[in-house]
Amino acid sequence: MSFFDYFRNKRGANSAATARERLQVIVAHERGQRNQPDYLPRMQQEILEVIRKYIPVEQDDVQVQVDESNSCSVLELNVTLPG
Amino acid sequence: MAKIIVVTSGKGGVGKTTSSAAIGTGLAQRGHATVIVDFDVGLRNLDLIMGCERRVVYDFVNVINGEATLNQALIKDKRTEQLYILPASQTRDKDALTEEGVAAVLEELKGRFDYIVCDSPAGIEKGAQMALYFADEAIVVTNPEVSSVRDSDRILGILQSKSLRAKEGEEPVREHLLLTRYSPARVAAGEMLSVADVEDILAIPLLGVIPESQDVLKASNQGEPVILNDEAQAGQAYSDAVDRLLGENRPHRFLEEQRQGFFQRLLGGGRG
Repeated sequence: MSFFDYFRNKRGANSAATARERLQVIVAHERGQRNQPDYLPRMQQEILEVIRKYIPVEQDDVQVQVDESNSCSVLELNVTLPG
Repeated sequence: MAKIIVVTSGKGGVGKTTSSAAIGTGLAQRGHATVIVDFDVGLRNLDLIMGCERRVVYDFVNVINGEATLNQALIKDKRTEQLYILPASQTRDKDALTEEGVAAVLEELKGRFDYIVCDSPAGIEKGAQMALYFADEAIVVTNPEVSSVRDSDRILGILQSKSLRAKEGEEPVREHLLLTRYSPARVAAGEMLSVADVEDILAIPLLGVIPESQDVLKASNQGEPVILNDEAQAGQAYSDAVDRLLGENRPHRFLEEQRQGFFQRLLGGGRG
């Protein structure tokens, strides 16, 4: 660390904390998707198309998720309708 | 019983080959018959890092295709007893490594060696999957940097779902985190993820922390695994990691910023 770094460092202080927070979010998100069946993205797309026939919704407004517990799997479909 | 250890990372350039060379050499130094297998078909580099690039005649793919015997393809290391290298092929055929072929070669290696260290190519494609498929243990090489940590997590997911052990429902692949290019000074300045941060995110046991060091480049320039350099911190850190891999207890070193004199700091010297 050189003399001038002492002044420069003050601004972007603790970028490591930002890195940690961003990683925690993205890694948790990707782990959630990891265990999902391969057909899910395609199914989500088709469901989206069906809904769009009737209601104008965006890609992000339809969430499809499979939750597995010991005895059964639950397919969760979440559609945010335009207000 | 021979153990297959894959050195993997997802991301390229984080130090897989450097680590494979160091750890393989360290295992052999401790008296275990060891072979380091280069799985990076088309981008052979382990031979350069090990300093045996001019002695490559036959390679992994030649053995799979029956064009050479294992004995013809194995290169005996000149510095370390009980250490051999199986070089990758420089073919551009990405499908050269078949599952059956790799299985047969590994089976033969198991009869001769205590440790089979598989140096994985970068990525999550077939080559990387082949390198980890038969593994008993995995060393996940990670830099304290966002893209490397994320890719390591992806490769952990693949180990947990696509390895032979996962498919057969056997005991899972034993995972180890090897954090490389670590700079305590930058961590102290809040510019780099700390060991604790990476451990917390990846949630696998820590095998070792290799400090960022100019000796690593020097070692690769010379084709000598850095672990042979007793004076280098990186070499010592790899030695500790090998001891831990063998079940010994070693405190982690080089995690704290080394105190520098006032003038050194003023002149910006001594970093790294």
